[in-house]
Amino acid sequence: MTAMTHEAEHHGPPSNFFQRWLFTTNHKDIGTLYLVFSLVMFFIGGAMALIIRAELFQPGLQLVDPYFFNQMTTLHALVMIFGAVMPAFTGLANWMIPIMIGAPDMALPRMNNWSFWLLPFAFAILLSTLFMPGGGPAGGWTMYPPLMLQHGMSFPFVIFSVHLMGISSIMGAINVIATVLNMRAPGMSLMKMPMFAWAWLITGFLIIGVMPVLAGAITMLLTDQYFGTTFFSAAGGGDPVLYQHIFWFFGHPEVYIMILPAFGIISAIIPTFSRKPLFGYSSMVYAIASIAFLSFLVWAHHMFTVGMLLAGSLFFMYATMVISVPTGVKVFNWVATMWRGSLTFETPMLFAIAFVILFTIGGFSGLMLSIVPADFQYHDTYFVVAHFHYVLVTGAVFSIIAATYYWLPKWTGHMYDERLGKWHFWLSVIFVNILFFPQHFLGLAGMPRRIPDYALQFAEFNMISTIGAFGFGFAQLIFLWVIIKCVRGGEKAPAKVWDGAEGLEWTLSSPPPYHSFTTPPVIPETEAPAR
Amino acid sequence: MRLESKKSAARAGGVVFGLLAAAGTAHADFALNMTPGVSSVSREVYGLHMLLLWICTAIGVLVFSAIIYSVIKFRRSKGAVAAQFHHNTTVEIVWTVIPMLILISIAVPATKVLVVMEDTSNSDLSIKVTGYQWRWGYEYLDEGISFISSLDRQSDLARQRNPVIKPREVENYLLEVDNPVVVPVGKKIRFLLTSNDVIHSWWVPALGWKRDAIPGYINELWTRIEEPGIYRGQCAELCGRDHAFMPIVVKAVPEDEYRAWVEEQKARMAPGRQEPAQAANPAPASQPQQALPPAAAAAQDVVAEPTLAELMQLGEQAYLTNCASCHQADGTGMPPMFPALKGSPVVAGDIDAHLEVVLRGVPGTAMVSFAHLSDAELAAIVTYKRNAWGNDTGELIRPADVRAAR
Ligand code: HEC
Ligand SMILES: [Cu+2]
Repeated sequence: MTAMTHEAEHHGPPSNFFQRWLFTTNHKDIGTLYLVFSLVMFFIGGAMALIIRAELFQPGLQLVDPYFFNQMTTLHALVMIFGAVMPAFTGLANWMIPIMIGAPDMALPRMNNWSFWLLPFAFAILLSTLFMPGGGPAGGWTMYPPLMLQHGMSFPFVIFSVHLMGISSIMGAINVIATVLNMRAPGMSLMKMPMFAWAWLITGFLIIGVMPVLAGAITMLLTDQYFGTTFFSAAGGGDPVLYQHIFWFFGHPEVYIMILPAFGIISAIIPTFSRKPLFGYSSMVYAIASIAFLSFLVWAHHMFTVGMLLAGSLFFMYATMVISVPTGVKVFNWVATMWRGSLTFETPMLFAIAFVILFTIGGFSGLMLSIVPADFQYHDTYFVVAHFHYVLVTGAVFSIIAATYYWLPKWTGHMYDERLGKWHFWLSVIFVNILFFPQHFLGLAGMPRRIPDYALQFAEFNMISTIGAFGFGFAQLIFLWVIIKCVRGGEKAPAKVWDGAEGLEWTLSSPPPYHSFTTPPVIPETEAPAR
Repeated sequence: MRLESKKSAARAGGVVFGLLAAAGTAHADFALNMTPGVSSVSREVYGLHMLLLWICTAIGVLVFSAIIYSVIKFRRSKGAVAAQFHHNTTVEIVWTVIPMLILISIAVPATKVLVVMEDTSNSDLSIKVTGYQWRWGYEYLDEGISFISSLDRQSDLARQRNPVIKPREVENYLLEVDNPVVVPVGKKIRFLLTSNDVIHSWWVPALGWKRDAIPGYINELWTRIEEPGIYRGQCAELCGRDHAFMPIVVKAVPEDEYRAWVEEQKARMAPGRQEPAQAANPAPASQPQQALPPAAAAAQDVVAEPTLAELMQLGEQAYLTNCASCHQADGTGMPPMFPALKGSPVVAGDIDAHLEVVLRGVPGTAMVSFAHLSDAELAAIVTYKRNAWGNDTGELIRPADVRAAR
């Protein structure tokens, strides 16, 4: 701490481009790097999604080989999860958490630099597999053996790159935890923290808890392939289902890693534009904590069809159902926050309201999927695809977009173009539903996921879905333009950008000084909890 | 039927988008909802699904109305002034407890259905299902019948890029097989599922469930089909390049028809006439008892001492069905994933080493054992490979050679 504040005397960023961006230890610069990286990955992953949807526009194989199609589904998922959504949340944490809790910077600034700079290398390796003989990974992002072991050259590269991503997110998580626990301004007790800091604190523990488990699972794959072990090979006395248990022990908390920070963001935006304190602050905290706890006990609901003991299936079904209670509490709290507020509908609020509605739809299909006998029908169909895109696209991604609009004036010092923002919102929300809602019908009617070609009765809804995909994809170019435009100039933003906003980040100028709080701010002793 | 009105509503919606008409793809069979299916279990599952759907709809209507009401009523532009309340213990307890009660009301019927589904005891017949990349093998354990079931020829032609026939011209495109699973109605059928290579998942929606076929595991589930008919499904677990192309067709027939089919299959399986089932019957599933095509019929009669021409003819067919998905029809493979067989030293070299690869596979790779194929078929495939695509060894491998190498 002392060493750092010493270094952080009042001066601006280094003027040399490489010194500033390559060697930076500044939380805002690193936050910006994360966010830019994640935006690039959104477009790469999105392009892959469009290849998938273009092939599915009509029955028959028109554009790509089925094997390349499988590479696209696999890489689309890996890029979006590890390259887009998780780095976006880490970027937001980097930018916002220090200035929300009154800290000068992140607790571990040098590690912060490293954890970011691992990512471009990890994804360069991952994407380069597409150009290797035999192509990229095609066994699905879940990498189930034995299928995953049927790969060409790409296999060890994929494993290595996922290891790098895991190391990066673990370091990011340690940094957030250390910052939140040690660097809060005097007087900011845990129960006065902004909900975003709470959500990220808990997410950090989830990441530390499960990323090493993923690393273990894929390392066992690696040794099965190259070092003669047979962890997952039935012929050698191993068990292919063991992999699925280990993977989903990581994989289920992983989905909460991608949604808890979103809860924090929405809990900041809705009160601001309702001009009313967040309803049920402490029940929000308990809800997030219990969701995180339960997320370690429900992994096998991703694998009901492997054939478990009856008692096992029942346990995982009941535990999964219980998660919908705290999730419901959160939704009810957001609605109660809006209730009798004084609402305005700037772009961040529009995305936040859309989040509440569409994430709830994803929650409903989640509840349906938890019911084992029904899951025997839903599992591995487009119903599941629709479900997780409702929670991840209209959930996690919408929250990231909302956060960007909400804080962009703070970051750049300029107001974004509200008219373009509204266009972006309406096009996104309409097309995303054209894209994903019909997929519920496809799944119920019997279309499996991860197929490049399908029977004729699925033609209509696939065509509609593809049209939605292209509309949604191209609408994001507006988002890109809004950001570029806002960075380059615009109406000057005041320190308190939104009249209803509360919190320390709004006490700093827009953009904030290069080193955030060099002297700790004073937290007023109020009754009302933070937002 | 209620489904009908939903269909037309959906079609109207489609017209609103102006998409269906523009593309001219209107097709009669699309569905919006899960099928109720044709077994008692599938109907129970459907009932659960509808219960869930209605509960979610009801909660959704409540929550979304509250949001829409707030959005309309509490706008600042309409002069709304924000209240400053930030919690209410009673309300918070109510909206924790009520969802709990709703969940219990779902858990009870769900548990009951699950217990029934998992009870495979007292079955009338057992069928072992084996997943292969990318086809299904079926073995009737009580009858000694076994065969392989692959994507039918028409779909296979239409699913190529630049196909010779269009998918829309193929009836039951991608949902048709050469050899359907024939089962009796009204009997409790136990399915035992396993796999020979990677994980697959056997799914026929009309039966109400899917279950994974996993190497080294035998999974069990059962059904009792109540209505005769043809029920179609697909592999549901990603299993590699041709995952989309391993359909399932179950043909449920009355008991006497089933017995007749069994006798016919048994006759076909009898020793000395052990020709492969999959080459034997490329007729559509709707008429599986059709006469054998010439190539397979010929193969039946020439089991002992086939000529090179005969072996090549049968071999080409069997090769296309079993091997071409990886090694390609012209033998060039897809290196480095799937090696070329054309010009391969293994293929052109020592016969025993060659047979060894085919019979035992190459452990740890996608090249699994093909020992489940018959001697006649393997002999034909191996002969074909050693003489096709310029691999001109001129050698002829007889079924006896294969039997000796097993
Ligand atoms: C699922 C994909 C797949 C299918 C289907 C398949 N093979 Fe293979 N085959 C492979 C792979 C992969 C290898 C390479 C194994 C290795 O790494 O040595 C291989 C290798 C071979 C080789 C050795 C070639 C060489 O030059 O080393 C022969 C012979 C062969 N296969 C024959 C067949 C025959 C005959 C069939 C059909 C009965 C068949 N394969 C079906 C994937 C497949
Ligand atoms: Cu399969």
